[in-house]
Amino acid sequence: MIAFSQTDTRPIIELRGITKVYGTGQAAMHALRGIDLLINEGEFVAVMGPSGSGKSTCMNILGCLDTPTSGSYKFKGIEVGRLDHNKRTRLRRFYFGFVFQGYNLLTRTSALENIELPLIYRGIPASIRRARALETLEAVGLKGWEFHTPGELSGGQQQRVAIARAIVTDPSVLFADEPTGNLDTARSHEIMDLLTGLNCDRGITIVMVTHERDMAAYAKRTVRFLDGRVESDNQNGRIL
Amino acid sequence: MLLNTIILALRELKRNVMRSVLTILGIVIGVGAVITMVTIGGGATAQVKEQIASMGSNLLMVTPGKRLGPGQSSETILFKAADGEAILREVSSIAAVAPVSSRSLQAVFGNQNWSTTVTGSDNNFFTVTNRSIRTGRQFGDSELRSGAAVCIVGETVRKKLFGGQECLGLNIRLEKLSCQIIGILEAKGQNTMGMDQDDIVVIPLRTFQRRISGNQDVAMFQVSVKQGASTDKAQQDIRLLMRERRHLSPSDDDNFNVMDMKEIANMLTGTTQLLTALLSAVAAVSLLVGGIGIMNIMLVSVTERTREIGIRLAIGAFAHEVLLQFLVEAVVLSSFGGLIGIVLALTASVWLASMLRVPFVFNGGIIVIAFLFSAAVGVIFGYFPALKAARLNPIEALRYE
Repeated sequence: MIAFSQTDTRPIIELRGITKVYGTGQAAMHALRGIDLLINEGEFVAVMGPSGSGKSTCMNILGCLDTPTSGSYKFKGIEVGRLDHNKRTRLRRFYFGFVFQGYNLLTRTSALENIELPLIYRGIPASIRRARALETLEAVGLKGWEFHTPGELSGGQQQRVAIARAIVTDPSVLFADEPTGNLDTARSHEIMDLLTGLNCDRGITIVMVTHERDMAAYAKRTVRFLDGRVESDNQNGRIL
Repeated sequence: MLLNTIILALRELKRNVMRSVLTILGIVIGVGAVITMVTIGGGATAQVKEQIASMGSNLLMVTPGKRLGPGQSSETILFKAADGEAILREVSSIAAVAPVSSRSLQAVFGNQNWSTTVTGSDNNFFTVTNRSIRTGRQFGDSELRSGAAVCIVGETVRKKLFGGQECLGLNIRLEKLSCQIIGILEAKGQNTMGMDQDDIVVIPLRTFQRRISGNQDVAMFQVSVKQGASTDKAQQDIRLLMRERRHLSPSDDDNFNVMDMKEIANMLTGTTQLLTALLSAVAAVSLLVGGIGIMNIMLVSVTERTREIGIRLAIGAFAHEVLLQFLVEAVVLSSFGGLIGIVLALTASVWLASMLRVPFVFNGGIIVIAFLFSAAVGVIFGYFPALKAARLNPIEALRYE
């Protein structure tokens, strides 16, 4: 078990010299060439950059879905970059939530059951599980769609289910990889409003990969990637 | 956690009804076919044994030729009528000896003709084969001695040639021999090998030798041993007598055969067992095909399932939890299919057994083997692709195409 002190004032995420290389020798592809990045608790960070700049790779490493080739990744002050499968699973189970561009919901499985899934793996008893899943479903505005399967929901609705599934466990960090990539503008803004709300009201730290300027504008901070390096890192002056 | 995993597994099966049904179907067909075939084959073997046992154990058959194996023979020196007389005279435990020579011939009456077996023998034939004359009489001594043109016909021959017509005293023609019907045999039905025992015409041996075969040979002797006497002893005595009569030196092999019903039974059950083995091989192929069906369904769903594994891993499932779920799914499907297969196979076996008039013989071993095989196929092909997927980084599993 990994224990983290609650009074920690250090950044929640700390990357030092992270690299990621796919393949070896001549065919080696350097996706990340040394990333340094600090993210504090409660931040809403948009990661931008052209295709192939390494932003998704970086996010997968942050979310412990993938491992860095070298460098240090500290989560709440603890080195987690090179933990084994099970310890990384434990991090995902208790601290992380994920939203993907392609939703990645279980097919032929109702919205409610999809949202319940992380709670099942956490061993939450059925009655509490159902209540929390329903509550979260309502929070993302899908009341009445409990028993619809992904095939019966629109893209926006599926992404809401995915967000509900990601936040039902009250994660410390929510990772969103192009959450609006498959949605039209109106639906995209709805999703962004939802994420902003989660960041402000629940204090969930959000790291979001996007290539749309409009969407990045919802974040408090924008990090730009280029060729596997951080090109710029700016606080957004939001005009409200 | 185990309970949770089982719930997840069952939910997954329910969601993928088609996949589940197809997998189960593969197992049902495989298990069902093997069990049915082997059970019916076993029943047929048991039936042959039973019928031979009911024929009595006091019957011996003396045939010419060296015994090499089932159905093989060589160096055939045929018997003469005198050999049979010697057996009856010299071996004290013998009740009766019937010489038997047979040939397939056309029996003709008027415009009716029927291909039948003509047997040359004497009145002992009826004693040894346990048959009686329904109407008419046996051969007379003078008829046997002189080779008279008389015959005794079986029920099938009578029916085919005469229908409902009275036939006693009429003449039928066997090749160039025209002979008078003096008796009709009591019907006996089919024998063990499915031959119609009423499809027969019996004529005196001498008549057969002179008018049909044209030589003095006797194809075989059927011998009945006295009640209470040892068959083995009689068999041994006949063997020694025949060796002596044929002047065989101690180093020579027998060039004739004395078989009791036990050996004939072994020969016949050997045949049915061969048949059973053949049927089992066919059934094994269907088990294999069923297995390949299961394999295909499992492998086709690998892409979808790898993504599913990726999703589960991403939201915090341990690899071993995902694997346990897949294992439970595979075991549930295989066992369920196996059980249905067993029930269907037993039902089909009982039904087929009654249709084919063979006894139903329960064979636990084949049920276990068939079940284990299909379960293994289901588990191996359900579990190992999952094992591969669960070892990937979640992101690789999610991106699997």
